[in-house]
Amino acid sequence: MQAARSADGRCSGRSVTAELSGRYRVSERSSRTAGTGTFGQPSNEEVQDVPIPPGVGTGKSRDGEAQVVTKAIVGEKVGMTQIWDEQNRAIPVTMLRVSPVRVVQVKTPEREGYSALQVTWGHRRESTVNKPIQGHYAKAGVDPGRRLVELRIDDASSYEVGQQLTADLLTAGDLVDATAVSKGKGFAGGMKRHNFKGQGAGHGNHKKHRAPGSIGACATPSRVFKGTRMAGRMGGERVTTLNLEVVQADPERELVLIKGAVPGPRGAMVVLRDAVKAPAAKGASRS
Amino acid sequence: MTGGAAAERFLENRAMNPTDIIDRDSLRDDVPDFRPGDTVKVHVRVVEGNRERVQVFQGAVVRRQGTGVRETFTVRKVSFGVGVERTFPVHSPIIAKTEVVSLGDVRRAKLYYLRDRHGKAAKIKERRTARL
Repeated sequence: MQAARSADGRCSGRSVTAELSGRYRVSERSSRTAGTGTFGQPSNEEVQDVPIPPGVGTGKSRDGEAQVVTKAIVGEKVGMTQIWDEQNRAIPVTMLRVSPVRVVQVKTPEREGYSALQVTWGHRRESTVNKPIQGHYAKAGVDPGRRLVELRIDDASSYEVGQQLTADLLTAGDLVDATAVSKGKGFAGGMKRHNFKGQGAGHGNHKKHRAPGSIGACATPSRVFKGTRMAGRMGGERVTTLNLEVVQADPERELVLIKGAVPGPRGAMVVLRDAVKAPAAKGASRS
Repeated sequence: MTGGAAAERFLENRAMNPTDIIDRDSLRDDVPDFRPGDTVKVHVRVVEGNRERVQVFQGAVVRRQGTGVRETFTVRKVSFGVGVERTFPVHSPIIAKTEVVSLGDVRRAKLYYLRDRHGKAAKIKERRTARL
């Protein structure tokens, strides 16, 4: 019953997103750029030796129970703004700079025990890279980038070392998960950190307005249980926000717009990955 | 196309805020110059089913706030004795056109005091200076 419902629901969810893909008001400029770059052939002047094999970035199996992650890419958070959608509503979007990503290593279940892509992006002086890593880059024939990132995807066999991935991996309407290190909040109290309610303002309360209240019982157990939620360091941890919609992907300007907020400060590295838990229907499974 | 990319990069470098390169596409270039106190006619596109018509909302601008794509203004009118205020994003595509009807001479940026006044007391003095 579970399987039937989710399979059914997923189909409808897919159709909703398909409908959404044409929903946003795309400016004259960006529609032009979107039209010029054919898939797999970025219009940049950078030489691309290995074309992206057909099927990559388009195939998304939603039939089975497991949702297959076929694509992932790295971006840099630029900031948030808003754009107008087709119905002239303001849509909050996060702007990500997705510069071409170079595949340094393809990890396969046969060799490494799991499948993933090791990628890099941007540029870095050779002299700042240590010898072992230089050798690693040299083996792949890839220029050293900002850092090496591993993108876990379910089937990496269609990718090749040295291949470039650009923002056209994503299309408007896709659902993605965004992973980044959240903004550090420092030492935060229970109200901010765990959404505690705090205490009343009046009725004789004195200097305990934001205190957590009781943290346990008395002589039994005469200690505080481990894991009790209290004040402490907050933020600065890896956070994934699920099911964010791609509003616009512009390979020429190296930009991707994602609906809503994405974790992390401006300038943070954000990993975008196919949604692993796409909702059955829009708004239905987000209780 | 490479020229286009170079031009993009130039604009990008000139952009004050990193998000300006996206915001630029959302901005209108036909927004007239108006400020709080001015009387404006806002031609609003209203969608009814699948046909669209234009409705005019005329009144005094009581507030203008925000910058860039997020800038909004509020227009106040008195309709059948009831004050009605409506806030529009300045660059919203639902606005077919904004017309400035008259200029007002006011000494505040936010004209909330108009809410407590009726009739003649709520009148805004006309500004006589020629606008450049």
